[in-house]
Amino acid sequence: MRLEVDITGKTFRSAAGGTHEVLAPVKFALQSGEVGVLIGPSGCGKSTMLRIILGLDHDFAGRIARPPEARIGMVFQEPRLLPWRSVEQNVRLAAPDVTEAKLSELFRILELEAHRSHFPGELSLGLARRVALARAFAVEPDLLVLDEPLASLDDALAGRLRDEIATLVASRPVMTLLVTHSLDDAVRLGDRLFFLSPRPARIVAEVPIGIPRDRRGDAEIAAIKTGLAQRIHGDRTERDVS
Amino acid sequence: MLRLLSFALFLVIWWIAALLVGGAKLPSPPAVLQVMVAEASSGALFLHLGATLARVALAFILAMSLGSAIGYLMGRVKLADRLGDPWLILLLNLPALVVIVLAYIWAGLTEAAAIAAIAINKLPTAIVTLREGTRALDRSLDEMASVFAMPRWRAFRHVVLPQLAPYIAASARSGLSLVWKIVLVAELLGRPNGVGFEIGIAFQLFDTPRLLAYSLTFAAVVLVIETLLVQPFEARANRWRPRAA
Repeated sequence: MRLEVDITGKTFRSAAGGTHEVLAPVKFALQSGEVGVLIGPSGCGKSTMLRIILGLDHDFAGRIARPPEARIGMVFQEPRLLPWRSVEQNVRLAAPDVTEAKLSELFRILELEAHRSHFPGELSLGLARRVALARAFAVEPDLLVLDEPLASLDDALAGRLRDEIATLVASRPVMTLLVTHSLDDAVRLGDRLFFLSPRPARIVAEVPIGIPRDRRGDAEIAAIKTGLAQRIHGDRTERDVS
Repeated sequence: MLRLLSFALFLVIWWIAALLVGGAKLPSPPAVLQVMVAEASSGALFLHLGATLARVALAFILAMSLGSAIGYLMGRVKLADRLGDPWLILLLNLPALVVIVLAYIWAGLTEAAAIAAIAINKLPTAIVTLREGTRALDRSLDEMASVFAMPRWRAFRHVVLPQLAPYIAASARSGLSLVWKIVLVAELLGRPNGVGFEIGIAFQLFDTPRLLAYSLTFAAVVLVIETLLVQPFEARANRWRPRAA
């Protein structure tokens, strides 16, 4: 499976009547088994791009090609759980075919076993985020979209969840699109990093990471980060000169 | 317990007032109770109450289901809202009496005319409430349902309906009280039975005990339905909300 994104532009009309350009031309593709990471400043149009890719926003110029039968698992920036359904029901409603074994395993990994029958209003934000992750994983997606899934979690838990995401990505041929602010998350999870400019967003740099995910130790990650820092710094000096 | 005390206070005030103004204008509680028992043992009370309740039930169900569907449509579809809005304003401001009289003139003094007239009176408030509820639906949850490819019916049942439940409950509660009031007028004007008909007779004969016997029995039935049906529904619809301290 393959996701092709070719957005040639997106503008929106503000209440005052002016038009604003949200997205500049953006083009990239993603293969099964690949993790693409979108990194960019706040408000650069990442969420708009995700909405277009997910088919929630049709008002744009360009083309999105994704297999129509592709199952989507999504972790929104806010958990977006149904407050009137229990944790378990929330997962089952999105993933009706999930087996009890698979569900138990997910709840065990995400440490949600004690909260199965709780309502989302009774959970902390961190717990609610984990339920949203469980929901996205339970559908066994072909396309997994993660919009800052590890924000507001403590480092230990974020690390564990990051490993879980890596395991899931390795276990199935899934296309993953991760939006994050954290260079650390990007370098640990991503196969290709897309650095976005401030609004209107365009891809300023596309950086592939050659080392397979499971062989990236702390030393490799530090090296990649140093390389990126130099590169970003280099870009800046270039711009200063011109 | 507090409710009982409150009810006892009502009886005491009534009794004192009856003693002050005299039995012709305001009969005392035992006098009214006596009429109630007499009417009940002859079976007339149940016959009239039954007729009224049947009308209320039919008109209420008709208005609620039609009103909810139209309100949901108007909340979702802009064109429907713009087309329906003038009609809605007209219906909202049309006095109940006009609707009832016109219904009897056009459709004769029939059961169908009475029920339709009552339903039409309740319809616009149901539409307005449900339209508001639909407008307040959380779009981010719609998006979630759409991304996870939930089938329409499942999304409606688990995502939309729970959000509408408080509006449906509010509309049911206000609607029920409206229907209770209007059904008696419709019966008074054009039906040969029901509580409204009996009250009309009592009015013509200045039979205050009989008037109070019927209206108080009616009020008691309303109270019972409110506690046994409407309140449990509301409690169930809101059970996921964290309890207020």
